[in-house]
Parts: sequence; C-alpha cells; structure tokens
Amino acid sequence: MKNSHIAIELIDVDKHFGAVHANDKVNLSVKTGTIHGIVGENGAGKSTLMSILYGFYQADSGQIKVFDQDFISTNSRQSIEAGIGMVHQHFMLVENFTVLENVILGSEGGALITESLEKARIELTRLAKEYGLEVELDVAVEELSVGMQQRVEILKGLYKGAKVLILDEPTGVLTPQESDELFRIFEALKKQGVTIILITHKLREIMSITDYVSVMRAGKMVAHRQTSETNPEELAELMIGRKVLLNIVRTEAKSGDPLLIASNLEIHNEQGIKRVSEVSFEARSGEILGIAGVTGNGQGTLLKALAGILPLSKGSIEILGETISPKKSLNPQELRNLGVAHVPEDRQRMGLISDFSASESALLGYQNDKEINQGVWLKRSLVKANCESIMEAFDVRPTNPDLKSSNFSGGNQQKLILAREFERNPQVLIIGQPTRGIDIGAIEFIRKRIIEMRDAGKAIILISVELEEIMSISDRIIVMCDGEITGTVDAANADEATLGMMMANALPSDKQITEAQL
Amino acid sequence: MTRDRRLAWINGLLLPLFNVLTAFLATAVVFLFIGVDPIKATKILIYGALGYDEGLGYTLYYATNFVFTGLAVAVAFHAGLFNIGGEGQAYVGGLGIALVALYINPALSAWILIPLAISGGLLFGALWAIIPAYLQAYRGSHIVITTIMFNFLASALMVYMLVHVLREVGQMSPESRNFPEVVWLPFVHDVFAGFGYNIAKSPLNLSILVALFFSLLVWFFLWHTRWGFAIRATGKSNDAAIYSGINPKKIIVVTMCISGALAGLVGVNELIGVQHRLFLNFNYGYGFGGIAVALMGRNHPVGILIAALLFGILYQGGAELDFELQNVSRDIVVVMQGLVILFCGGLEYLYRPLLIRFLAPIET
Repeated sequence: MKNSHIAIELIDVDKHFGAVHANDKVNLSVKTGTIHGIVGENGAGKSTLMSILYGFYQADSGQIKVFDQDFISTNSRQSIEAGIGMVHQHFMLVENFTVLENVILGSEGGALITESLEKARIELTRLAKEYGLEVELDVAVEELSVGMQQRVEILKGLYKGAKVLILDEPTGVLTPQESDELFRIFEALKKQGVTIILITHKLREIMSITDYVSVMRAGKMVAHRQTSETNPEELAELMIGRKVLLNIVRTEAKSGDPLLIASNLEIHNEQGIKRVSEVSFEARSGEILGIAGVTGNGQGTLLKALAGILPLSKGSIEILGETISPKKSLNPQELRNLGVAHVPEDRQRMGLISDFSASESALLGYQNDKEINQGVWLKRSLVKANCESIMEAFDVRPTNPDLKSSNFSGGNQQKLILAREFERNPQVLIIGQPTRGIDIGAIEFIRKRIIEMRDAGKAIILISVELEEIMSISDRIIVMCDGEITGTVDAANADEATLGMMMANALPSDKQITEAQL
Repeated sequence: MTRDRRLAWINGLLLPLFNVLTAFLATAVVFLFIGVDPIKATKILIYGALGYDEGLGYTLYYATNFVFTGLAVAVAFHAGLFNIGGEGQAYVGGLGIALVALYINPALSAWILIPLAISGGLLFGALWAIIPAYLQAYRGSHIVITTIMFNFLASALMVYMLVHVLREVGQMSPESRNFPEVVWLPFVHDVFAGFGYNIAKSPLNLSILVALFFSLLVWFFLWHTRWGFAIRATGKSNDAAIYSGINPKKIIVVTMCISGALAGLVGVNELIGVQHRLFLNFNYGYGFGGIAVALMGRNHPVGILIAALLFGILYQGGAELDFELQNVSRDIVVVMQGLVILFCGGLEYLYRPLLIRFLAPIET
C-alpha cells in the first residue's frame, strides 16, 4: 500500500448533525507524501471531516478510500490500523503518565507492560532520530512544554504506524518559535514519505508549509489549489465567500478621560501560576483598546482579573472611582454595580449555562437587580419580558426566552450574552473573544455593536486571538507575550508584521529577552 | 409540540414511569421465584397500603418522612452536591427537637413550643451538615465521603446522648423520658374526631402538613428567589456562578445547611408526631430512602411528593405482605426498594435512547 499515489480520497462525503449540514458532498484527494492544508473558517466543517476520517463520526453517505482501499471507520482503532494518526487540537495525553507510557497507551500488547515498554523505547529512539523528534521518554507529560507535548502526540501516531498524520490547528497553542520547530518536523516527515493533513485557519501557515490546499466553506469543499499557484488574498476570498474582508465603517475615536487605569499588575491564575506581570495600561472612554497575543500569554488571566474573578498579586486598578489592589478586591457583582460589563472568553462555560433557559442565562450576573426582585420574590415574568426585549434588540433568534441556552447557535448565544451585558448601560466593557467560532453575519453584527458602544463614550477593552479582529476594530493595541506587554501601538499605524513580532516578543530592541527565553 | 417539550416530558414523566414499572416487573419475577402469585401479592400490597383508612394512614405517615429526606437530597443536588448524610442529619435533628421538648418550660403554649421544636430540628440538622459543607467548600474534602462519615458520628453521638445524658434514672433502655403532652403534634384521627368524623387510629399526624409546607417552600425558594437561582447556577456551572458574582463556597455551605435542616425534620414526624420520646435509630433508613425518592422525583418537589408516596406504599404494603403471606418476610420491602433504586437510580437512562428515537427523533 505504500506505493499508492493517493493516500486519502473522499468522494461525496455527506454528514448532517440535526439541522446542520456539516459536510455537504465533500470531495478531497490527498497525494501521498505531501503536506495538504485544509483551510476554512470556524464551523466550515473541517474538524467534522477529519473526525469522520478518524472514526469519531460516520458519514451519512459517500465513499472514503485510504491507499486505494475502501475504508469505513467506526472507531479510532480501525483508523489507526489503516495508517491514519491524528493530533487533536486539545491533546489526548494522560498528564501524569510518562512520555513512554503515553505512547504505548492503546497498544500495550499483553498483560505485562514491561516488555512492550522496552520494545517501545527502542522503536521510539529510532523514530526520534529519524525524524528529529527528540523527547525525553521518562518525563511525565505534565512537565513538558506545550510544543513538546505535541511532539509526543506526533510520536504516538508514528509509533502506531501512521502513514497519514492529521493535525488539527496545531499552532494555535504554540509560540512562533515552537511553530517553526513544528514545521521543520513536517519537512522531515515528508521526506520519509509521511503524508500530512494540516487543518488551520491561518493562511500564513498554509502559504509557508503546504504543497496543496483545499478550502472549505459552510460545509462545502469550495476549491483545491496548488499552494505555489495561489495567494493569501485568493484563499481568504474563497474562505469567506466574498471579496471585502469585514470592513467596518467607523469614525475616528473621540477618546476622553481614562475610566480604567491598571498599574503594574501581577496576577496568578486559578492554579496559582503567575501569568501576568508588570502590566500597566489605561482604557479611555470612547476608545477600544485591543489586547493581542498568542493564546495563553496571559490575556485571559488579565481579563479575569479586570472582571473581578481573579485577585491581584501586585499593582492596582483604578476603575470608575474605585481602586482594586491585592488588599482590596471587588467581586464580579460589585464591579457590575459600578458599571463594568464582562463578556467572558469562554462563552459555553462561563457566559451562559447551557441547561438554563435563555431567560435564566440572560439573568446571570444581574440576579440581584432591584427591578426584578420584589422582596424575596424573583419575578420570573419580568425576567422573561426583559429577556425578550434584549433578544429583540440584539436580533437573537429564535426569540424565545424559554428555549434552552444550548439550543441556540454559537452566534445567537454570543448575541444573547452581549445583549445582557450591553443593555445595562455599563461604562467599562471587558470583552473576550467576542466572535470566536461564530458565523460571519453575527460577527459583523457584533463588531458593529461594539463600535456603537465606543461611540456612546464607553471604555472598551477587547481581547481576541484574531489579529484581524483586533486590527479592524481597536483604536489602540497593546500586545502581550508571556504575561508582559511587549508593545503598544496606535491601530492606525499597526501592521500585521510588527504586531506578529511583538506577539513573539521578537522586536529588535527586545532581542536579548528572546534569546534568554530560547 | 416542540422537540424540547417532548424531551422534557420524556425526562420528567415517561422515564420515571417506565423505570418504576420495570422495577415492579422485576419484583413480580422475584415473587414467582419464591412461589408467590404476583397478582395476589400486588392486590395485598395495594389494599394494605391504600385500601382502608388505617393502612392509608400508615402509608402517608411513612411518606412524610420520605418527603423531608427527599427534599433534603434534592436541594443539595441542585447545587451539585450529593448529600448522603441525610441519615445522620435526621438523627441529630431529632436531638434538637428532643432538647426543646424536654427542657423548655412545658407551661408555654403549644403555639410557641411546637414551632420551637421544629426549629430545633432544623437547626441541629443544619449544624450536622455544616462541617462536611465547610470541608468541601474550603478544604476540598469530598462531600460524599464526609457526610457518610458523619452518619457514623451521628450514630455514636446519639448512643452516647441516650445512654449517658438523656436516659431516665432507673430506666434500662436507651431512650429519653416522654415529652410533655403540650409539644405533641395532634394525630390526624384525633383532628378528624374533633370535627365529628371517626377514622381508624394510625400514626399519621399533622407533620404531613409540615411536609407539604416545606415542599412548597423549597419549590418557591429554588425557582422563585435569587438565592435559589444562585444555587442552581452553581450546580450547573461553577465558572458561570463565579462570573455572575456568586461565591460557590458560600453556596455550598448555605445549601448544605438547608439540606441538613430539611433532613432534620424527620424527627418532627417520628418524635413529636408519633413516639413522643427520643430513642435509638428512629431515623433508620429514611435518610438513604430520601436519596432514592429524590432521584425518582427528579429533584422537584412535586416529583418528590409522588415518589415519597410510592415509598410509603411500599413500606406499608410490604408490612402487610409479611403479615398475610407465609413465605414472605418483611425483607421483601428491602428487595422492592432495592429494585426501585436500581431501575430509577442506577439504570435511570435505560429507556432514554429508545424513547427519544420513537417520540422525539432528531429533526433533519
């Protein structure tokens, strides 16, 4: 099977989830020994497609061929046997097992484990040499960096005999240096004849590493290209389906007084690990302050501290006349009463409660409001009426306050959260990932609403991993890397390259720090 | 009907119904196995539990206890806590009631003493839950483990209290002296007699009204107050609760106190309602039964009332079976209960995929 020309072939693969047509007659053929990129926006159906290949889901109809053999996978074991390995976006590793133990997980072979461990050790040493995938085998996975954990995942796939490796958004959690390292590994794998399918929504990666690229949009495969014969503009257009890239008309910011002044913040996350240090900035009324950075560089922790969820370890925040310090913290409720609204990064877990009805989710954080409480009695009819009116104001569909929160689409859930936070006329808005994983229409709507709030004189702090989002709606941008601010720029003067350098903390003036980190 | 509503009906009504029926079917098999005609047994059970006023009285008297402990488990469950300590909280709650009944001036009016006794039960039940709650909230000890341990502690404490502190001088058995008559809750048959209706004597007393009152209160509290909202939000999502400015640690402590207080009311029925003294193991089995009742009643007061009634029927009807049939002992009740718990608790979702496929298929 090794000499087959086509590694993976999908013919008219179709998959529904309820009313959602996740994959609509998808065709794809991946040549053996190439790096094949699949791009598409969140929700375009990339992950579903790969999950079908890996046996997590079954296609409703269509045909799959792996190395010219007809292939139907009902579980991951069958896919592994067919030579498909997958590296998930969220690693599937047992944290307190060693690297070696993780690798043999699922292929222990026999009742006693010592023998297979020894066999695996020899094999892994060989693989590591061959592909340049050096990892210490006897270290617990939890002690490894994210980049190293990813290597373990790749090794796991190779050890199980993968000829085709699928990687789902592999660079989302990596620093730029780790990404480069990963790409170097890709090249080594490719030389050895391994086929790589790279799922991503980052066009830069596609352009720099892949041989071929396929574009998905709204469940359909809309184009196949040879990477050398296309360009990012064309791919972006194919991905989004129209020429103009979310160009929101907005007026010049009329920034006023600072409503929030953060000085020298140091913040530890829930696990007690220091994630933010020496961060100072101010947010002025009538201005959107964007905070950019690769996921996990302290922005999320900062956001939680601003919203009163995490305490400060050092520094202070002056906000609407109050001062928060390590000694005096305000809880989320007190901050809300002051006029601080918070749209959390994690919509599903924090922003709403999926088992609650929309009207109950729309009450989160405002359950103690005087208007809806008559003595001990929480007036549910009022809660419902309020919810209905904010749903109308933010075009949340269906406009049904009794519907369970989980039954709304991501975009509508997010609109509901924004409606809840915006409609109480806050002065400071702390917004995390406002458009992650939602459809284009809703994105445009949400960004417009954020700008409207700015124009109404609110101070807005926006955290997003989408650089494009930060650049298109912020007035000022600060960039975070490794818990510190590595740059502040006016949005008007910002360009992606400079911001990218700042996100990697690799601007020439900071060179020494970068080297120290390496 | 929308799919959501259908799912709600399946979860809320059909599923428990199917589960109970399966449990009964399995009980019938057990009857066949020991050579008892299941139809005859069912007749005896139903008649014994519901067919005449004394039997019905007993059924409702048992059900009253299950309402208290069922509510206790349900309230904790809404905060995401599994309170297995109902047994101990009921026991210690009984101590609170007894202390009021024995040591507060009996010359006071019943209108003061009885509410005081009830408050004693609430307070002591809550106190017995507060340590496990604190340990869960602030030290991370799992509430299931600590509440189980507290059941044993309660047992030891009560033996000590009854043997060394509350036992009457010259009395051999470990029990307190009788409560003054003023704190006795009237029997239902006495109340009826007062209105000129004669019904058979049974242990059923006005505690059943207390149970109904607290069912209503729990319903109102959980779904119509901001505190209930905070409890339910915490139970569903800790992160969302914190985000909303709710302190989950406080919620754990407060909710467990409420839960323990409700369990502490078992003594209202058993002690000032029926036995009029404090004695060993008056709480026996009701704490654990409450878990099954809450499970079956879907942690909703209405469901709990129904489930408690069913358990009351099983208790009373089972006793009748023991009495009527040679080869059936009282233990059959335990078997039936076990099967109900197995099918309603352990195999709760056994029929769910099937029911959904036929009644609420995913629309494409």
